[in-house]
Amino acid sequence: MAAKQLGNEPNDKVSMNRGNYPESPLDRPRSGQHKYEDDLSAIRSMMERSSRFISLSGLSGVSAGLIALLGGGYALYLVHREGRGYLSHTAMAYTTGFFTQLFVLAIVILVLAVAAATYFTVRKSKKAKLQIWTTTTRQLLSSLLVPLFIGGVACLALLFHGQTQLMAPATLIFYGLALMSASKYTFQEVYYLGLLESILGLISCFLVGYGLIFWIIGFGLLHITYGILMQRKYR
Amino acid sequence: MINIQSLNKEFESRVRLGIMSILIVRDWVEFKELKSLLDITDGNLASHAGALEKNGYIQVHKEFVGKKPRTTYQVTALGKKAFTDHLSQLEKLMRQI
Repeated sequence: MAAKQLGNEPNDKVSMNRGNYPESPLDRPRSGQHKYEDDLSAIRSMMERSSRFISLSGLSGVSAGLIALLGGGYALYLVHREGRGYLSHTAMAYTTGFFTQLFVLAIVILVLAVAAATYFTVRKSKKAKLQIWTTTTRQLLSSLLVPLFIGGVACLALLFHGQTQLMAPATLIFYGLALMSASKYTFQEVYYLGLLESILGLISCFLVGYGLIFWIIGFGLLHITYGILMQRKYR
Repeated sequence: MINIQSLNKEFESRVRLGIMSILIVRDWVEFKELKSLLDITDGNLASHAGALEKNGYIQVHKEFVGKKPRTTYQVTALGKKAFTDHLSQLEKLMRQI
């Protein structure tokens, strides 16, 4: 209805400005009934501008999930080729060489996933002509990375002590906690994504041997589902 | 024709609307960032923020980071309520037009 109103007014500056962000919504003309329309669109624009600093693109989730899915699939293939019964659901020791291979694969997946996620989020911010590096971005990153780093060191400790069967669960748990901590500075949905990741990690702790499967579900499927949901919700 | 009395006078100014809109969706915001988002001068922002603070709609935190002063703003529960009431009034008015 509002759009129709605007359309009937050919000399309305706001209707021309709509869609792309004006230099400042504050210097729009304000007379008569247009003031209320202007007020509302200024409010909407301000809310978006300021909250989208912290917004992640849904495509970030989807891309990171796909990479994890492919990487996890490849890891499963490697495990099978080695003849290791990761799917026979028993804890087992890996040879150092084979483990190094898996470790490198994990690092490659991590780098690719982070790069893809960053790309889509930066692209989204640029499209909306929003500043990327702000206080909120810094808070978001530190609240995400600090728990993640602590978790990473804990995982290395597990590796150091040869407790490799607990590594997949541990990555899920710490990643979930990191997301829950970061959710303060972004969409509320991230909290529930984190919660699910952590729960998945906990279950995985007790089902040693299914680690890789849980890892694929957590980092692959959950991310993709989350990404699609967010993309549909916020476009 | 339109019941303008129902609108909150404190939100007459576009700058104040802008400040409130930002603070509603953000936890706390620095003076500098608020200024760049709204694209207004220091004095303009300070006076409007001051007025909002006087009404108890926003809270001001002042602290020193090293030797630099840092001012941050946060919306109060009262401010949140006043702003959402104002919004629903605006929407009502829009429907009447």
